[in-house]
Amino acid sequence: MRTLLFLLEKEFKQIFRNKGIIRTIFIAPVIQLILMPLAADFSVKNINLAVVDHDHSTYSQILINKITASGHFKIAAYNASYKEALTTIEQDKADLALEIPEHFERNLVRENYQKVYVAINAIEGTKASLGGGYLASIINSFNADIRLKWIQPDHISPSPTIGITATNWYNIFLDFHLFIVPGILVTLLTAMGSMQAAFNIVQEKERGTIEQINVTPIKKHIFILGKLIPFLVLSTVIFTIGLLVARVFYGIIPVGSFVVLYGSLIIYLFAMLGLGLLISTYSETQQQAMSLSFFFINVFNMMSGLFTSVDSMPAWAHTVIQTFPSTHFIIIMRMVVLKGSGFGDITYHLAAMFIIGLIFNTWAVLNYRKTT
Amino acid sequence: MVELKNIKKTYNKGSIIAVEDISFNVDKGELFGLIGPDGAGKTSIFRMLTTLMIPDSGTASVNGFDIVKEYKAIRNCVGYMPGKFSLYQDLTVEENLSFFATIFGTTIKENYDLIKDIYVQIEPFKKRMAGKLSGGMKQKLALSCALIHKPTVLFLDEPTTGVDAVSRKEFWAMLKKLKQQGITIIVSTPYMDEAILCDRIALIQAGKILSLDTPEKIVTNFQDKLYAVKANNTYKLLTDLRKFSLTNSCFAFGEYLHVTFSENISENTVTAYLEKLGHTNIEFKTTIPTIEDCFIKLITSP
Repeated sequence: MRTLLFLLEKEFKQIFRNKGIIRTIFIAPVIQLILMPLAADFSVKNINLAVVDHDHSTYSQILINKITASGHFKIAAYNASYKEALTTIEQDKADLALEIPEHFERNLVRENYQKVYVAINAIEGTKASLGGGYLASIINSFNADIRLKWIQPDHISPSPTIGITATNWYNIFLDFHLFIVPGILVTLLTAMGSMQAAFNIVQEKERGTIEQINVTPIKKHIFILGKLIPFLVLSTVIFTIGLLVARVFYGIIPVGSFVVLYGSLIIYLFAMLGLGLLISTYSETQQQAMSLSFFFINVFNMMSGLFTSVDSMPAWAHTVIQTFPSTHFIIIMRMVVLKGSGFGDITYHLAAMFIIGLIFNTWAVLNYRKTT
Repeated sequence: MVELKNIKKTYNKGSIIAVEDISFNVDKGELFGLIGPDGAGKTSIFRMLTTLMIPDSGTASVNGFDIVKEYKAIRNCVGYMPGKFSLYQDLTVEENLSFFATIFGTTIKENYDLIKDIYVQIEPFKKRMAGKLSGGMKQKLALSCALIHKPTVLFLDEPTTGVDAVSRKEFWAMLKKLKQQGITIIVSTPYMDEAILCDRIALIQAGKILSLDTPEKIVTNFQDKLYAVKANNTYKLLTDLRKFSLTNSCFAFGEYLHVTFSENISENTVTAYLEKLGHTNIEFKTTIPTIEDCFIKLITSP
């Protein structure tokens, strides 16, 4: 026990003497947590629209006003012909072109029927489908408005209709940050837990200090604990800083209890530090450790449902990502922060993380024995 | 104190033989030298005796403890100083020393007497990071750390490689002092001039012991008459002497060439041969063989 305390003292001394590490550990996560959600925002704003108005009537004006008033669209150009509008799309000045035909208003009133033409630049899929969707819903509502003006509503509707009223639960204002910030916080811990711990152990190999340690009567498990505990502590500090940043910058206050959050964090770190330890037993140099952990971190960050819904993956991929600790912790974070889930609701994910962690650690310890 | 019996070690699944069937004993309080060129297998022997590596076959014991079965006991009673500086560069001199004292369950104070002579030389720099020390000071710190738990056997792997001549002298003087305190020391070195400072030496080449005895005996076992020859053009002299029909061996040794002949030969025969080939200022004399001569003879004789 005394030896462990002394090992910890030594590790912390070394960590705090390394100014580079302190910067990457404390400052980098804060910057990332402030910057990354800006890029990960899925709600589409500032869609550039090219308008070709052949009609120049009151109705066409009302429609265009309605579109700009929605806040999603910016009029990039008024073009005289559809061909011209297409050129602005080709030049990437506009994302959508809306063509209002001649006699739009006259035909609409007289024939009760009219078409508008919408062309969408679909290079960026999300923006195209969302932009098209927004525009379609605006035109629909325009349609409903003018119908309301013409037809005096009967007391009894001529045909039965179903009205849809939706309520958003857990994220009432569909605030994207609420969803993405807890996830990004998890990815920061992923890097911290596995990478820094692995580098630290491999560094001892590189410098030959592990030889000097191995000829002492120090016990293997004490040595490993001495390596992992500092990073458990540092990761917990980062997590706390991350929660503070989320509160100050995004106003996110976890609905669930901190006991559940930190309890899950410990199990997550148990798994990730196990991975770091495992990587270190397979690497002789920090460069090797870097390549290995970079691979894992990339796969974890991209596949564990941070940006995209895991439910839309093929079934086999969905099974594969169950073996990623980050998949479970991202879900836990969202459940606890947004919904206020308790231990009872996240048992499956906690158990999964614990089993993965147990496998990583056992494998690492066995491999560590074999190589010495 | 240290016993090796038919120790064998190979790398890469047997394709590289590092140590081949080596046996020797080291007595208590002895200063024992493993002398050999790079790649002879010195470090492999050290790594097995310090329990960092398991031999392929054979048995060995340190302090009566088996190196495989009782490795834990060995780790408590040996000190090891690897060839490469292996202390924490980002800890200070003092922190390194107290760290190693603590993991051996002791304190600097308790064993200060043992390291005092060495440590006082680096004590003025005790607040300095170990990585910022000079080569000689690093050596002294490493030795202090290897001694801090009062080991009964000390393993020093090429402690003087890359250290200046003065520090090397000092270092060997320190080893003498440690020996007087009853510590058994096994040291390896590629430098032949350090061999005579050991009680007994083993000359090693390609994983085999060529000769094992006291330095004096190894030298007296050198039966041939050894001559030192010098002339104006050393390189031509070397090639010409090697061509000479009666030459047994001929090697450069400082400014002289050390030569042995296959039969007793008079000075005149050789100088006449050399003068005929155009050598001037020929010097020819008998000389006392050194360890290096013995070593060269051992590795060249079939």
